[in-house]
Amino acid sequence: MASAAAGQADTFPKLLLRNARQRGGRTAFRHKDLGIWQSWTWAEVAEQVRAYAKGFEQLGLKRGEKVAIIGYNRPRLYWSMAAAQWLGAVPVPVYADSVADEMAYVLDHAGAVFACVQDQEQVDKVLSVAERLPALRHMLYDEPRGLRDYDHAKLHDIGEVIESGRTALRDPAVSAAHDHEMEQGQGSDLAIILYTSGTTGRPKGVMLSHFNVITAAEIGCAFDGLNETDEIIAYLPIAWVGDHVFSYAQAIIAGFCVNCPESPDTVVDDRREIGTTYAFAPPRVFETMLTLTMVRMEDAGPLMRKLFRYFLGVAKAHGEKILNGEPVPLGARLLYKLGDILIYAPLRNRFGLTNIKVGYTAGEAIGPELFRFYRSIGVNLKQLYGQTEAGVYITMQPDGEIKADTVGKPAPQVEIRIADNGEVLYRSPSIFRGYYKDEEKTAETMTADGYVRSGDAGFFDESGHLKIIDRAKDVGKLSSGELFPPKYIENKLKFYPNIKEAVAFGQGRDYATVALNIDLTAVGNWAERNNVVYASYQELAGHPLVYDMMAEHIDEVNRSLAAEPMMGGAQIRRFLILHKELDADDGELTRTQKVRRGFIAERYAPLVEALYNGATEADISTEVTFEDGRKGVISATVKIRDAKIYPVTAPVAARAAKEAA
Amino acid sequence: MNAHSTDIAGDPVTQKGEALLSVENVSLRFGGVKAITDVSFDIRKGEIRAIIGPNGAGKTSMLNCINGFYHPQDGRITYKGVRRTRVRPHQAAAAGIARTFQNVALFKGMSTLDNIMTGRTLKMRKGFFWQALRHGPAMAEEIEHRKVVEDIIDFLEIQHIRKLPVGKLPYGLQKRVELGRALAMEPELLLLDEPMAGMNLEEKEDMCRFILDMNNQFGTTIALIEHDIGVVMDLSDRVVVLEYGRKIADGTPGEVKTDQRVIDAYLGVAH
Repeated sequence: MASAAAGQADTFPKLLLRNARQRGGRTAFRHKDLGIWQSWTWAEVAEQVRAYAKGFEQLGLKRGEKVAIIGYNRPRLYWSMAAAQWLGAVPVPVYADSVADEMAYVLDHAGAVFACVQDQEQVDKVLSVAERLPALRHMLYDEPRGLRDYDHAKLHDIGEVIESGRTALRDPAVSAAHDHEMEQGQGSDLAIILYTSGTTGRPKGVMLSHFNVITAAEIGCAFDGLNETDEIIAYLPIAWVGDHVFSYAQAIIAGFCVNCPESPDTVVDDRREIGTTYAFAPPRVFETMLTLTMVRMEDAGPLMRKLFRYFLGVAKAHGEKILNGEPVPLGARLLYKLGDILIYAPLRNRFGLTNIKVGYTAGEAIGPELFRFYRSIGVNLKQLYGQTEAGVYITMQPDGEIKADTVGKPAPQVEIRIADNGEVLYRSPSIFRGYYKDEEKTAETMTADGYVRSGDAGFFDESGHLKIIDRAKDVGKLSSGELFPPKYIENKLKFYPNIKEAVAFGQGRDYATVALNIDLTAVGNWAERNNVVYASYQELAGHPLVYDMMAEHIDEVNRSLAAEPMMGGAQIRRFLILHKELDADDGELTRTQKVRRGFIAERYAPLVEALYNGATEADISTEVTFEDGRKGVISATVKIRDAKIYPVTAPVAARAAKEAA
Repeated sequence: MNAHSTDIAGDPVTQKGEALLSVENVSLRFGGVKAITDVSFDIRKGEIRAIIGPNGAGKTSMLNCINGFYHPQDGRITYKGVRRTRVRPHQAAAAGIARTFQNVALFKGMSTLDNIMTGRTLKMRKGFFWQALRHGPAMAEEIEHRKVVEDIIDFLEIQHIRKLPVGKLPYGLQKRVELGRALAMEPELLLLDEPMAGMNLEEKEDMCRFILDMNNQFGTTIALIEHDIGVVMDLSDRVVVLEYGRKIADGTPGEVKTDQRVIDAYLGVAH
């Protein structure tokens, strides 16, 4: 089943040659080096890759062997992938910032015979674990700096390898044989192995064929109408499936230009210089851009600040509706237009998003506020849900149907099913062929009828949009058998600025309860404005008015839980406000500020017990560690309140959505 | 990792060509204060030479003598086989001696790029008239110089601050820009006055790497003053130790480390 757009070109080297024929003069790659954007056309890239592949062959690379690619986004590393694929070898991109030990595991597991690396740092890293890599024969580097005095018996400059290949190809017979070698490749061949970052256990090698990757890339290109005039900036790890599909596969299929930044620190400026039309970033990138702007605005003059605030208000009220094409009164439209000239357009320019056609965020949940901000100033930001095993796309948000709290509808050609435990299962032509050298894991992940277990729990809302709750293994059950998604509840609560942390209990219990931390800055500010006197966090946390405030937030959360399918049973019955802030020094949070639910339940056992035995207050004393290492004891009497429960309204919609999917 | 670290592991005497600069019996007085008394040593082509010593030992004065900022009353300094008398700093610069300062001395309001560009001033051939017009031959020349500067920016990994005013940069980066400006002169001898003072460990490691790479890649001869003994021992080929303006030891890091007078004077002093 060769794909329509690709025609007979069913592998990436073939597609590359097609580009050289059809749009040979268009710019394919740019790389900012020495302050100038150096560029290569498709014809030049095809020629480089062809010579590179010959160089590989001269060094002894054979069909089916693995080539590790290590480094940041540089044209020659992308070309290394294409050159390896030319010979039917399989590129294995590796995270450049992984420590030597992790790198050794991946290189050894993949059995990489070649490694193409960026610079001395990576050469050193690989050399330091070389004795664990018996299969590794040659190493190639892009950046010669600092490597002059190294032993070059097994170490080569990529530029010289390409040159040597080019010299050999001057012989017409050799040249013809070389092209013949490439034509042997088929769509069903293994194109790439992408190791998943592996939050649990060792990384797994996801095998994708040319057909898988081409299909996935075409889904995206068709969905957002990408073509050869688009520009993207490649700055996310090359070992990540997103970058592979966006910066490699889609670029070759649609023929658009991939821009490689000068260094990881210059991405923002480089993006601005290029004016990308298609962007992809994890939420933290958008968050950093916004925070920087807000901080700078604080330093701006009073008039500027006033204008900024006023027009952001206008954008908040009408911006998203205008972007979604919904009806908006004429006055508001004109006002928005004015705001666009004065504020939004310059802002977009600052962010390097002036020419943006569509931007995606994925990887983790994006805060609705943040998401709406970008949409309100006219950036068509969307969410997608994807996995390496799917060749990225599982769900996407179609234009005009964007909701901040869902990840969209199933992508074209993707079928989704929700398992009984809430886990999302998917099937599509682009799903992977299995984990490399791991039959057991593959069998665990695939169902008999060809679905892949995502490991994430989710549900469809009434309009058929998928909502991801949490990792499936973290979603528990109440004693009644109803779903209890602790992180989902906690995140809902944490969206309120007054709540800093929330810990939900309920696994195997009769109902769900939460322990809260108030945000001292936000609540303290409120206390000042409302003449609430307090001396310490503990005092403020125990204040009846603060309890009232939290009760309101919980009420809203319960109402929204009741309206969501499968979530109604997880409404919060009782809550308390902890007498101290949860702290990583006390082991209550991880160093990345995630709550350690089990540990907290143990440490505050008397409080958790009180949440379930109907008591209205409980005594607790806990040992705390101060920043200088001294220890002390905080004891308090913590009050516990009941919350209102709403009747569940949405189970029917869930079933309907499931059938629709 | 590279030639230098293996040298240090084995601690062999590194012979790196003939003397580029030699200091013979130099004495420097400010009125009655003797800053330097009868000091002799040489700096060989291509080596990294460290000058260490307790506070007030005369290290910075020594560098000032070498680049012509001070003029010693006695003794002589021979650079590239030519004995110098009363050299001015700009003449020393034209002869290929560049330096950085203990306290950062940059143009705070100018960008990183412009600051490094000032290091090219001595290499500009076209006159003021053409420079002011910024056309024709001056333009072509500027492009040439910009290329050199961009190479340095790339080398020092400061692309991200290329267009920022240096006054806004953190100290460690300012130090790096200053090094960049010295490098822009394409010096034969580079004098670094406490290049790592006030830096954190990571910044120090970066700076060490740049110094080694400079020496390795461009063959620049480097004389540096440094207080961090670990850094000195790892970086330098030879070390000269000063105390109260006198030389008390001279040799490889290994030799100096075990010299009893050095231990007494410097390494052994508890702070």
